Amino acid sequence: MRAFTQLTAKALPLDRPNVDTDAIIPKQYLKSIKRTGFGPFLFDDWRYLDPGTLDIDPATRRPNPDFVLNDPRHAGAQILLARDNFGCGSSREHAVWAMDDYGLRAVIAPSFADIFFSNCFKNGFLPVALAEDQVQALFDVVNADASAEITLDLPAQQVRLPDGRRFGFDINPHHKHNLIEGLDEIGLTLQNADAIKAYEAQRQQQAPWLFA
Amino acid sequence: MPTQTPQTLYDKVWNAHVVTDAGDGSALIYIDRHLVHEVTSPQAFDGLRINGRKPWRLAANLAVPDHNVPTVNRAGGIADPISRAQLDALDSNCAEFGITKFDLMDVRQGIVHVMGPEQGATLPGMTVVCGDSHTSTHGAFGALAFGIGTSEVEHALATQTLVLKKAKSMLIRVNGHVGPGVTGKDITLAIIGRLGTAGGTGFVVEYAGEAIEDLSMEGRMTLCNMAIEGGARAGLVAVDDKTIAYVKGRPFAPKAVHWDAAVAYWKTLKSDPGAVFDKVIEIDAAEIAPQVTWGTSPEMVGPVTARVPDPATATDPVKRSGMEKALAYMGLTANTPIEQIRIDKVFIGSCTNSRIEDLRAAAQVVKGRKKADSVMLAMVVPGSGLVKQQAEAEGLDRIFLEAGFEWREPGCSMCLAMNADRLEPGERCASTSNRNFEGRQGQGGRTHLVSPAMAAAAGIAGHFVDVRSF
Ligand code: SF4
Repeated sequence: MRAFTQLTAKALPLDRPNVDTDAIIPKQYLKSIKRTGFGPFLFDDWRYLDPGTLDIDPATRRPNPDFVLNDPRHAGAQILLARDNFGCGSSREHAVWAMDDYGLRAVIAPSFADIFFSNCFKNGFLPVALAEDQVQALFDVVNADASAEITLDLPAQQVRLPDGRRFGFDINPHHKHNLIEGLDEIGLTLQNADAIKAYEAQRQQQAPWLFA
Repeated sequence: MPTQTPQTLYDKVWNAHVVTDAGDGSALIYIDRHLVHEVTSPQAFDGLRINGRKPWRLAANLAVPDHNVPTVNRAGGIADPISRAQLDALDSNCAEFGITKFDLMDVRQGIVHVMGPEQGATLPGMTVVCGDSHTSTHGAFGALAFGIGTSEVEHALATQTLVLKKAKSMLIRVNGHVGPGVTGKDITLAIIGRLGTAGGTGFVVEYAGEAIEDLSMEGRMTLCNMAIEGGARAGLVAVDDKTIAYVKGRPFAPKAVHWDAAVAYWKTLKSDPGAVFDKVIEIDAAEIAPQVTWGTSPEMVGPVTARVPDPATATDPVKRSGMEKALAYMGLTANTPIEQIRIDKVFIGSCTNSRIEDLRAAAQVVKGRKKADSVMLAMVVPGSGLVKQQAEAEGLDRIFLEAGFEWREPGCSMCLAMNADRLEPGERCASTSNRNFEGRQGQGGRTHLVSPAMAAAAGIAGHFVDVRSF
């Protein structure tokens, strides 16, 4: 997995609560059996004026000039700024893959849906939960100056604004460690193979019907 | 004897599955059952291949295609080449790794969350995962069941475990009894209306109280199905005699030699008296009316007797603009009585409401009546081949067909419109599914979530009606 330590980048302000995974990547793209290539379809329904599918070349479609992602001032942003309950809805990891493929590396919001939140960590993508007023402060900074750069410092667990303000954030130590080291969680778990086997042997005694 | 601290049902199932405890609130949790479908698994199987890994315990996995499958003319195969590629990938992955799979033409094929319980593959006290958020459905059996992303699908396949952080616990007690015409769907929608779609975030919710005990297993599945729409990754209902009676005799259920021991264990799967929850919500069942959503999030819901709310009354500006966007998308004007909203299509199906009781409830409403002419399509999509077979044995298919409803083959269908079944831009649908997000049932489509009886009644009347007086 790609490691995440520190990032200084522009931010894309997406000012809506309850952005669901269907909005992040609509279902017609879930038919792909790959992990990559979803970037051009990120926020597809909001981003284009005409409908799309996997086999329509995105370059031939009409972008919606009113959607924030199409605003040239935000080009190259690597941090998504969002509102409450970001990533609600389905478990599709394609939502994180699409954000990642587009070039985003982190998302800041007041709250996240649980499955989306945990999917981020499997992809070297950092979700940061800040207080409502801190998120508002970030929106204000970016709305005032789209070129403003925000720094995400994972080892220090800090978001730094260009004006010097610093917001600390919480993160599960296990998630932090794996992100910083870029560790493959399956490999780590398999180091416990003996414990898994021991558990199975004991469980088979207690609940044999589960292994019949 | 030392007195034990009273435990919640969640504590009990969690504790029974801890392989190692990391000591920081997370643990390696053993997974008893892994259900697999075609959409979220191909990249996980690829991961196994790339790393030279094998599934840890083959018998724990069970696969079925559901999201992409056509609901008409199945023998003719799948026309869309991209959908077909995804089904082919499931076939070849299951064959390569040796995973049991029900094929498209198998009578046991169906929506993964209908098929699992129907086969007895979901049992009380299990941990059940699937790369699909509505895995919460299986919590109706007192199983800890939740949706996972594709990386976790790969992790579960390779290790039979997941690294999880224990959630907080919430008890939602629905006191008293619901009135006639009020179903599990209405209870679950009313709860989301009250707590919001993020109300359960970070929690595992246990549903209790007389109204929940009254529900059949199917009603409890509907209830837990939408726990995820309330933000909770899992919902739970304690095991009782109904749970055990439902499981008995199903193909994957314990056989005679183990049955008594299994039942004895299952009977312990309830929260102890005095168990402490992080949060407790009390709801009065008698106050719940049949529900209809009016917006683009399941929390935008109200009783069928109400009016579309006015964003101007919302004090929070973020909430107000959310409501305005929703009404604009839905093509609705504030203060319109819900019963005056006219619909174009009806969808009865999905893992929320496509089981035999749901179809019976809908059939009872349409029996001897005709679909309104203004409704261009009313489709009934059974949750599985076995549900379809049962419904046909009871003559429900004929009731629907005589009323002008269509009778289809099982699958997810217009719940998420990955197959050919979808809304066109601007079309309005009374749907028994679980998500009314923008574009969920087709780009520009407008979804109102309701119970099966309410959807059926809307199909007859051409607009929403209170099924209690229909
Ligand atoms: S019926 Fe709908 S919600 Fe259920 S699994 Fe299928 S797509 Fe998901």
